[in-house]
Amino acid sequence: MLELIRQPWPWYVAGPLIGLTVPALLLVGNKALGISSSLRHVCAACVPAGIPFLNYNWRAEIWNLWFVLGIGLGGYVGYQLLGHPDTIAISAETVRDLKAQMGLTDFSGLLPRELFALENLSNWKGWVFLVLGGFLVGFGTRYAGGCTSGHAISGLSNLQWVSLVAVIAFFVGGLLMTWLFYPMMF
Amino acid sequence: MKNLKYLVLGVLFGIILTKSEVISWFRIQEMFRFQAFHMYGVIGSAIVVGMLSIQLIKRNHLKSLDGEPIRIADKKFNHGTWIGGTIFGLGWALTGACPGPLFAQLGSGVASAAVLILAALAGTWAYSALRERLPL
Repeated sequence: MLELIRQPWPWYVAGPLIGLTVPALLLVGNKALGISSSLRHVCAACVPAGIPFLNYNWRAEIWNLWFVLGIGLGGYVGYQLLGHPDTIAISAETVRDLKAQMGLTDFSGLLPRELFALENLSNWKGWVFLVLGGFLVGFGTRYAGGCTSGHAISGLSNLQWVSLVAVIAFFVGGLLMTWLFYPMMF
Repeated sequence: MKNLKYLVLGVLFGIILTKSEVISWFRIQEMFRFQAFHMYGVIGSAIVVGMLSIQLIKRNHLKSLDGEPIRIADKKFNHGTWIGGTIFGLGWALTGACPGPLFAQLGSGVASAAVLILAALAGTWAYSALRERLPL
């Protein structure tokens, strides 16, 4: 059993477990699954700067910060304690395309070192992938009122048409980056 | 310690995200290039299970642990839904991560995730500051 848990989990195990997080949070505390809000709570707690959108009682939402802290711990347990392959077994076509189109050679780890290594902050790649990328995630999720968890999982589970619009927009953005902007950058 | 239950659920959620490799930039690229079913399977089956669970909760009028009737606020539409959604999508394909995976990456030992999280906080802060001047 432990050997099975230490292998990468297939979608039909992980997906339903992620889905069960939605009723679990509702049942234990009437909370809707959503992670990007945690970024707003941290801003409100640390740098409110008199901004009306950051002036609210973030302490009432502190459960969200505990949940996010747990996700971090879960990342440690899932990766360091429960094992991981050196190289993730992505499809051969993706490897081929990333080599040919982006010049990647190192496919080990969770993120390609050639784009995300901290040393890259001395050139444009680091600033685009680490700084601009992170910024767009933080800006866009709050503007859209949710991320993959709040809109795609939680919102669509609750049959919210607004979330369907949001998820389509997430994909439009992702496809534009992958198919239009990446080829312009590399 | 009423927040302990959220910490525990967070740990489980983080383990699932990590073991299913959805926190990997490579998996997200595979998804946006339509070259594997993995991510679609994870997200799709999560939605189906979430949907069935919410239906069960609603039909049986289930209550939460502290006895309150379960209520889920409706999501409200504004222009941010699609403009912000597209902006997030651009960032999702760049970083290969949405907010949940960023925290799991940091825990797994990826130092760069700290920079990504700081940049995401800066993005959220910038949105908050500019909010009244953006189309809503």
